[in-house]
Amino acid sequence: MNVRLYVWQRATAAVMAPLVLGHIALIFYATRQGLTAADILARTQGSIVWAAYYGVFVAAASIHAAIGVRNVLGEWSPLTERRAGMFALLFGLILAALGARAVAAVVL
Amino acid sequence: MSGTLFELSVSLWRGGQEGRYENYHVPRRASQTVLDVVTFVQRHLDPTLSYRFACRVGVCGSCAMTVNGRPRWTCRTHVSKVADSGRLEIGPLANLPVIKDLTTDMEQFFVKWQRAKGAFVPSQTRRDAIAQIRPDTPARVAADAAIECINCGVCYAGCDTVRWNSAYLGPAALTRAWTLINDERDAGNAARLQAISASGGCHACHSHQSCQELCPQALNPTAAIAGLKKRTTAAYLKGEIKP
Repeated sequence: MNVRLYVWQRATAAVMAPLVLGHIALIFYATRQGLTAADILARTQGSIVWAAYYGVFVAAASIHAAIGVRNVLGEWSPLTERRAGMFALLFGLILAALGARAVAAVVL
Repeated sequence: MSGTLFELSVSLWRGGQEGRYENYHVPRRASQTVLDVVTFVQRHLDPTLSYRFACRVGVCGSCAMTVNGRPRWTCRTHVSKVADSGRLEIGPLANLPVIKDLTTDMEQFFVKWQRAKGAFVPSQTRRDAIAQIRPDTPARVAADAAIECINCGVCYAGCDTVRWNSAYLGPAALTRAWTLINDERDAGNAARLQAISASGGCHACHSHQSCQELCPQALNPTAAIAGLKKRTTAAYLKGEIKP
């Protein structure tokens, strides 16, 4: 890992830390209030705030996880650094696509 | 020295990269070091045994071996400290190619010192006045990190990241770089920061702290590497280095 990847991994971790806490608080709120799927969708659909919250979360998680997977592959698999980077990029893009799909499903 | 107390059962690595442990019986003596044991085997049991040592007093850093699973400086490791059961298993240092028996090829270890720009780059000439460095400044205190390093390779042999990532510069080379970065007289920091922030540099360290635990000189390479991470990150964000 070079300094650029190091900075991106630490920065995305710093972004995710409060988002994770907010996400957990949200789960507690939704379950304790007994919100149904319809109640939740009524709050999230058309909401720019929720779209931004989970959009940033998905982007940060995709970058963070891809860099981590690249390191794991580099150290624990016989893949070259270049191939590990390509695999990690693909993994990050899949995560981003799946996450974006999930966000779109609740805000659009 | 007093006479024989009892006998040690000693397994020594014999051969090159491919080899096996062979057993020897060595008389136990008072104040006996692991290096004494290896020397006894070579002088009295098998003169073909290869190993490396020079000073025998913990200065030269050439006698490090794997002793009962841990890398140690053998000249300053007393048998009483590591062989309570009377058994010793002594092998070559890990993470380095074995030349023969207990002798490893240290080339990659020292090549990485050079890759980490571990050589002092003078900023003045011999005609300039001797630099006045106050001993209590933060930079001078930080520069102590590698001054007592004896290049024994114990930290390198005990490092998980070196084992997993052959490009990783390792704790000793990076600690040397940290010392020079804090040396006010040195003029090589631009190239040094660039070198240690590349792939295989300080950011590969997982902070497992094996180097700190194993260093026979009680140095703390993990702290030095943490300092390098901080310094290179600041330099990168300011645009001073480009990975």
